[in-house]
Amino acid sequence: MKEAIGYYQSIESFALVDGPGVRSILFLQGCNMRCLFCHNPDTWNLKNGKPITAREALDLLIRYKPYWADHGGITISGGEPLLQMDFLIEFCRLAKENNITTVIDTAGEPFCLDEPFFGKFKELLKYTNLIMLDIKCFDNDRHIQLTGKTNENIIDMFCYLSSVSFPIWIRQVLLPSYTDDEEILKQTGQFIESLSNVRRVEVLPYHTLGIPKYDRLGIPYRLKGIEPPSKESIEKAETLLKTKNYQDYLSD
Amino acid sequence: MNENENTAYQGFKGRLWKEEINVRQFIQDNYTPYDGDESFLEGPTKATDLLWNKVAFLQKEERRKGGVLDMETHIVSSLTSYGPGYIDEKLKDYEKIVGLQTDKPLKRAFMPYGGIKMAEEALTTYGYTPDPELHKIFTEYHKTHNDGVFDVYTPEMMKCRHNKIITGLPDTYGRGRIVGDYRRIALYGIDCLIADKKNDYAESTDGTMTDEVIRLREEISMQVRALEDMKKMAKAYGYDISKPARDSQEAVQWLYFGYLAAIKTQNGAAMSVGRISTFLDIYIQRDLKENKITEKDAQELIDHLVMKFRMVKFARIPSYNQLFSGDPVWATLEVAGMGDDGRSMVTKNDFRFLHTLENMGPAPEPNLTVLWSSRLPDGFKKYASLISVKTSSIQYENDDIMRPVWTDDYSICCCVSATQTGKEMQFFGARANLAKCLLYAINGGVDEMTHQQVGPSYQPISSKYLNYVEVLSKYDMMMDWLAGIYVNTLDAIQYMHDKYYYEAAEMSLIDTDVRRTFATGIAGFSHVVDSLCAIKYAKVEAIRDEKGITEDFKIEGDFPRYGNDDDRADDIAIKLLHTFITKVKKHHTYRNSEPTTSILTITSNVVYGKATGTLPDGREAGKPLSPGANPSYGAEQNGLLASLNSVAKLPYEYALDGISNTQTINTGALGHDDNERKANLSQVLDGYFNQGAHHLNVNVFGKEKLIDCMNHPDKEEYSNFTIRVSGYAVKFIDLTKEQQLDVISRTCHERM
Repeated sequence: MKEAIGYYQSIESFALVDGPGVRSILFLQGCNMRCLFCHNPDTWNLKNGKPITAREALDLLIRYKPYWADHGGITISGGEPLLQMDFLIEFCRLAKENNITTVIDTAGEPFCLDEPFFGKFKELLKYTNLIMLDIKCFDNDRHIQLTGKTNENIIDMFCYLSSVSFPIWIRQVLLPSYTDDEEILKQTGQFIESLSNVRRVEVLPYHTLGIPKYDRLGIPYRLKGIEPPSKESIEKAETLLKTKNYQDYLSD
Repeated sequence: MNENENTAYQGFKGRLWKEEINVRQFIQDNYTPYDGDESFLEGPTKATDLLWNKVAFLQKEERRKGGVLDMETHIVSSLTSYGPGYIDEKLKDYEKIVGLQTDKPLKRAFMPYGGIKMAEEALTTYGYTPDPELHKIFTEYHKTHNDGVFDVYTPEMMKCRHNKIITGLPDTYGRGRIVGDYRRIALYGIDCLIADKKNDYAESTDGTMTDEVIRLREEISMQVRALEDMKKMAKAYGYDISKPARDSQEAVQWLYFGYLAAIKTQNGAAMSVGRISTFLDIYIQRDLKENKITEKDAQELIDHLVMKFRMVKFARIPSYNQLFSGDPVWATLEVAGMGDDGRSMVTKNDFRFLHTLENMGPAPEPNLTVLWSSRLPDGFKKYASLISVKTSSIQYENDDIMRPVWTDDYSICCCVSATQTGKEMQFFGARANLAKCLLYAINGGVDEMTHQQVGPSYQPISSKYLNYVEVLSKYDMMMDWLAGIYVNTLDAIQYMHDKYYYEAAEMSLIDTDVRRTFATGIAGFSHVVDSLCAIKYAKVEAIRDEKGITEDFKIEGDFPRYGNDDDRADDIAIKLLHTFITKVKKHHTYRNSEPTTSILTITSNVVYGKATGTLPDGREAGKPLSPGANPSYGAEQNGLLASLNSVAKLPYEYALDGISNTQTINTGALGHDDNERKANLSQVLDGYFNQGAHHLNVNVFGKEKLIDCMNHPDKEEYSNFTIRVSGYAVKFIDLTKEQQLDVISRTCHERM
């Protein structure tokens, strides 16, 4: 069988808030969403990625194994990693063979219950340990406005992972005047409560550190004038999402 | 055994340490390892608060007055030149541990033996008038170290010094870096130490008076005199230190008197305290067991001792301050480490020392150093990491690689250099600028900044594009020359320091049969590596001025850089280090000392950079060199761990004087809360040191804080804001603006 080729953007050896413990990140290239707040617009276009095999990628990352200890490991982020399923499966399988845990950091956009994707997705779950799944916005109209894509299939993904009890961490992006609506957050909180597999819920406050990248890439930045959320607003969102109720991550 | 020893040694186990001077054995026979957490610790006492408030007030006054509170002009500092001095006459009964360098707190002593010119310049810089009488004595009647060195320098040495290819040399200031075994005074008392030295004196010759014998006998005589004077110094404070300490307060006090003797007589660049924590715990533990003291008393003793270390001051000149910014004294003090027998040497006292940073707030001194091993108890590892997260005031060194070289009783004698306590001394030798040396290789020994012919006039490189093989072979020859002139210059300096500014007090607390190391150092390390990578993997065009001197480079294409865990670059780094130390070792070193080298530059990277031209890696002329073994600014593309891995590859055995690395981690990027942060940091340290790395300075804060502090230095929250720079800690507000900008410009590891 021909080895799958992945397209990656870069490696970050040191990440401590992207999954349990000390982790190193492989950023894959390519994403179909066009989130207004995206701070990595340089990962949108798949064609800009550097080709690599799963074995080569693991060789690059395994150098950081001395720092991972028991609960750390590799996080595959992006871009949208689920766009490169063949590579992803091979990489996670190889990591598992080497006793390295993997975490997939995804927005779920490519997810669907149809073949061939769904079969591959089920295969992937055999090899990876945790999925970090973003909720950009629970309200579908707003979701489309915010990302250019529907969230219906993403809700499907939440439900499927819950039905097979696959562990997830949820991250809700908090963007003032877009995703901080009290009613929607309340609904989001109820939805999360209905799931069986949630080990952690985090609020990701919008930040403006990505703006220089837009200028460099010559892409217009559409959120000019919007400030990061206040501390109070973050705390309010945390209350509405009941983040404190999800403590299982402490043993991840 | 006399009666005093009976009381002093009651409850202590072991025999060998009673029969010979052997503090290590005493520790091994008697210490109590502790593998719990920090929950037993106590807060500051009323006395601690009162005294520390006073010191903090004086420090503020000092800053308000431009960096110096008070200076001595009439009295030459010696062990007995002052009566007792206290933090505050009214509060002196609160001082559990006493002793100041002069008669007043933070007043800087007059120490002319390193060089009268410098001592006087230090005075005039801060508006004080030198005493004409002392001027006459030290110019007409008494020679100094500085005079001695300049009497013998060759013209070539002068030229190298002037052009700063060798730089930061201890020829205008004390060499420092000698750690007396101050514990000996507590354990044995001065009389026993004098008897031992007198015995060495008697055994020093069969009657043949060679140069060496004469020198040794003179030195021992000076040591004995210093020991006698220490007794007088202690007497002024009402203590008789002729006999061993009988309880924990005496043990701490006796030990401090030893250190005080060192800082009253020497103003060396680094005046380290050494490894005292586990030793003192034995006395504290005994008193606790006998209910003579409580934990609160124990913490108070350590707080008061540390307070004294925070108050050490020397009169410095502006050019010195540029090299070593922020008024550091490297009162380096170690905690933790493992014993040869596999037991951890962590005691409750190691927690107490770190806890001083909570009881009295963050501070740059003493330079608290954790001797790390992944086998240290988890409770201690987490606590040390927590203190880093909270204060950014401590540094870490790898006990697992140092212990096999220096035994389990070594001290850190400067920022990162190890030395066996009581058995060794070090000749400190500053740095050779290897980045400049690379430019000399390209320009045939002509200095790129001054255009003087400094090195040998070998054929310069004349091709348009630099060829890797040609550059490497010319660099090798030029480094050969540099190593030679450098070592010989240091030989002259060390000879004169021994002759005119001998460290009698410190040496009296070290074995007479002493092992000496000869510490050289490298500046510009990462830039040489990246330059060689650029020449090898990209296309580097030399841009020459009308005289044919290469003054700029044009780089086409990408090249690997040190700091990304890329073997192509890191292998060049290892080879460079090995080449340099091999060349150093070829030369004669003074008093048969053992040559070592280091990759550590303190804050002097800014000054060294000013004197260095544009380099083939793209670093512009005059810009700071990257500090120590740190990768160059902006070179790190794959994050912190990749950078750490590159530095970890440098073999410690090639650079036994130390490989310093400073990294800053954004608080938010290290974890969601302090619990996560301390666990994560502890794990990073395990990962780094388990790969054989030597040293890590850890800062935990964001860049915004530095910028805000630079712009608003008067904010109360910044008065003690301490950061780690290469090999020591400083208050950020005490750095020059230039150095502040340099620190800010360095990579702060954070992921968005």
